[in-house]
Amino acid sequence: MVSEEFERVYEVTGRDYANAGRASTSIKDILKNLGVPPAVVRRAAIASYEAEMNVVMHAVRGRMSLRVSPAAVTVEVQDEGPGIEDVRLAMQEGYSTATPEMREMGFGAGMGLPNIKKNADVFDLQSEVSRGTRLLIRISQAA
Amino acid sequence: MSTAAQREVMTVGSVRDVLAAEVLCGDDRALSAKVEGATAADLMSDVLALSRPGMLLLTGLVNVQVVRTAIVAELCGVVFVRGKMPGSEIVALAREARMPLLRTEHSLFEAAGLVYGALTCR
Repeated sequence: MVSEEFERVYEVTGRDYANAGRASTSIKDILKNLGVPPAVVRRAAIASYEAEMNVVMHAVRGRMSLRVSPAAVTVEVQDEGPGIEDVRLAMQEGYSTATPEMREMGFGAGMGLPNIKKNADVFDLQSEVSRGTRLLIRISQAA
Repeated sequence: MSTAAQREVMTVGSVRDVLAAEVLCGDDRALSAKVEGATAADLMSDVLALSRPGMLLLTGLVNVQVVRTAIVAELCGVVFVRGKMPGSEIVALAREARMPLLRTEHSLFEAAGLVYGALTCR
């Protein structure tokens, strides 16, 4: 169990596929080093990675904030980009607006947001078309 | 029927033998890691959604996201099929993360069949 609060912020750049996933693998290392339970580490890393890939694939830029408290791991992703026109549709498995370039990376098959939701205890998605998207992911550390 | 105690443990090193694979990176410790199961996929979101820790990934996709997916999902290794050779930056990332990378001439279908056979016969 983590006894102190921890915070870190990552900048994510759109279309930067070479570095896509760096923030999430760093988040995974930090959580592991803080002694967060392994199952929580894996869920947080998977949710973060899908969210980071969404920023790289769809947005111009974004910011990922990691907050760790004794109660929960929280990742908040805020991006500047096209936003999501229909959030309900975007939440359906298989629905995607990805380009062939994105699919070549092994993503963009309409699994990202459902995968994130599946791994999160709290999932809050707010989007404004032509402005950007804000996603809050929280995973409880309680067993 | 064999019991769990009688079963031989399948390791990343034994997958190398089964697939006649080349080890691109991975030290003795990484190659002795137990293979808890395997998944064959080119869609990394499926791997993130469906894999379990300790699984081996067989894939025809060659890019840096494959290694990052394996790290995030806590897989035991990655096998590139059809003789595909990952770039040096991919191998360097895997080496840094102690994620073993293998390469086989078999197709994804053949490799999956061989690993499935080896895993279920043990």
